[in-house]
Amino acid sequence: MDTVLQSPSVEEITQALKSEFPAVEIISTEERRVKAKCPREISHDVCVFIHEKLTFEHCSVVTAVDYIDHLMIVYLLANYYTGIMIDLDVDVPDEDLHIDSVTDIWEGANWHERETWELFGVVFDNHPRLERLLTPKTYEFFPFRKSYKLRSQE
Amino acid sequence: MADSLVPVLEAQEKMDTDKMWVIWGPQHPFSHGLWTLKLKIDGEFCVDADPIVGYLHRGWEKETENRDYARIIPMTDRLCYCASMTYSHLYCMTVEKALGIDIPEKAKYIRIVADEVCRIQSHLMWLAAVGTDMGNLTVFLWAMREREYFLDLNVKLCGARMTTNYPRIGGVRNDITDLFDRDILRTVDRFEKAMWDIIYLIDDSSVFVSRMRKISYLTREQCANMGLTGPAMRGCGVDFDIRRDDPYDNYDKVDFEVPVLNKETKVGDTYDRYMIRIEEMFQSCDIIRQAVQKIRAIGKNAPYRIKTPTKVPAGTTFGRLEDPRGESIMYLASDGTDKPYRLKVRSPIFTNVSCSKVMCEGVRIADVPAVLAQIDMCLGETDR
Repeated sequence: MDTVLQSPSVEEITQALKSEFPAVEIISTEERRVKAKCPREISHDVCVFIHEKLTFEHCSVVTAVDYIDHLMIVYLLANYYTGIMIDLDVDVPDEDLHIDSVTDIWEGANWHERETWELFGVVFDNHPRLERLLTPKTYEFFPFRKSYKLRSQE
Repeated sequence: MADSLVPVLEAQEKMDTDKMWVIWGPQHPFSHGLWTLKLKIDGEFCVDADPIVGYLHRGWEKETENRDYARIIPMTDRLCYCASMTYSHLYCMTVEKALGIDIPEKAKYIRIVADEVCRIQSHLMWLAAVGTDMGNLTVFLWAMREREYFLDLNVKLCGARMTTNYPRIGGVRNDITDLFDRDILRTVDRFEKAMWDIIYLIDDSSVFVSRMRKISYLTREQCANMGLTGPAMRGCGVDFDIRRDDPYDNYDKVDFEVPVLNKETKVGDTYDRYMIRIEEMFQSCDIIRQAVQKIRAIGKNAPYRIKTPTKVPAGTTFGRLEDPRGESIMYLASDGTDKPYRLKVRSPIFTNVSCSKVMCEGVRIADVPAVLAQIDMCLGETDR
């Protein structure tokens, strides 16, 4: 796609994503919300496309959900002209917890990725500074994984 | 020159002798909470900054996985004591969205009133902090005095001053008390007059203005890319407010203007970020007046709460809300039980404080408190 859409509608976003990346699966759409799933290999390319062609200037959240056998990385991306948000989910298998960092696209994702790494153990490749942020530097475990039980959960 | 001196001189050249790291905090009056700012200074000027947070990390998100949905509401108040109402509102809204239920009209307007009262008292707390940072203690005292009136409104609404525990999944805990609508209108009228006193005090003070003018410029692109949200972003020309552009509850049914500065130039300094919050307080007064009229029109015996199921269907959803400090998001992943599978809080300050590196670059070390006062720090929600 050559044209840049400054304020795309929900339909235009789903159309553009489908035509540009056949591997991206649109899960659901509602008013001002698009939920999509994409394979890990193209997640960075999809983010570049959403940022540059669909003008999603703001990355609100990068986080993870631990589903025991895999982790789901969640990106919530926002457009400042329409108020539309894209919820982009990427599955990462438990054996190989690596995904490309999006800090080079949105600087604001920096701390969110650091936080997700320290709490879940997902390595964000090409991140400028993947260090512990909230927890002490001596921690060698990832406290938000489901395998880490609180005393009251045991 | 003696040969033995050569390696010493070479080593001196390589050494970074003129720059040094200054560490502010975690215990420092300017920091307004427990966090550290490492500043690299070159003479008077900052060339680099490295904020360090995490002293208050208490595993809030993990703790919620261990509680059923209703028992999380009091915890949300503890995220930020200045804006406790917006966080419990956001949490209840997110769970309602996951349940797919619609709450009574009256509850929506009561939540709007509660949110805006919260916004005003949070901004007044910020104004008090700015006053002390700039060495103007009168501003501190006057702002705190005004804030007390709004805390009294909280007491009239729900019995508590700060950790209110008021919104519920499916509505609010209790109806507005008798004469609350009269009291709030009186308070708002009074506040608007008193606010002008504070504005004259600040704008006529050359110390106050000259310390904030022409420092720490941020462009629109920088703000959007770094994730800076809230009043700070609107002071730099980003025309976006979640209440207007992505409305929740009944914000689309009240009429208000979003204050935005520097729409054309797209560059804002510290004073612009300051002005936006002052403007927002007046807008909040307008919203309160309209919402109170709507509550009166709905009538006294209208329902304000509905019963909701305790178990939330499996799936993921998120709620988004304009906090006094910026964009707040709660992301909820549920697995069909009565406890959340994962609840993520996106705190605006967490991202805003990561921008302090860019905000402090090129600023004199004496101006750093003026710059960082515009972040409006709150560590409870940053560290979670």
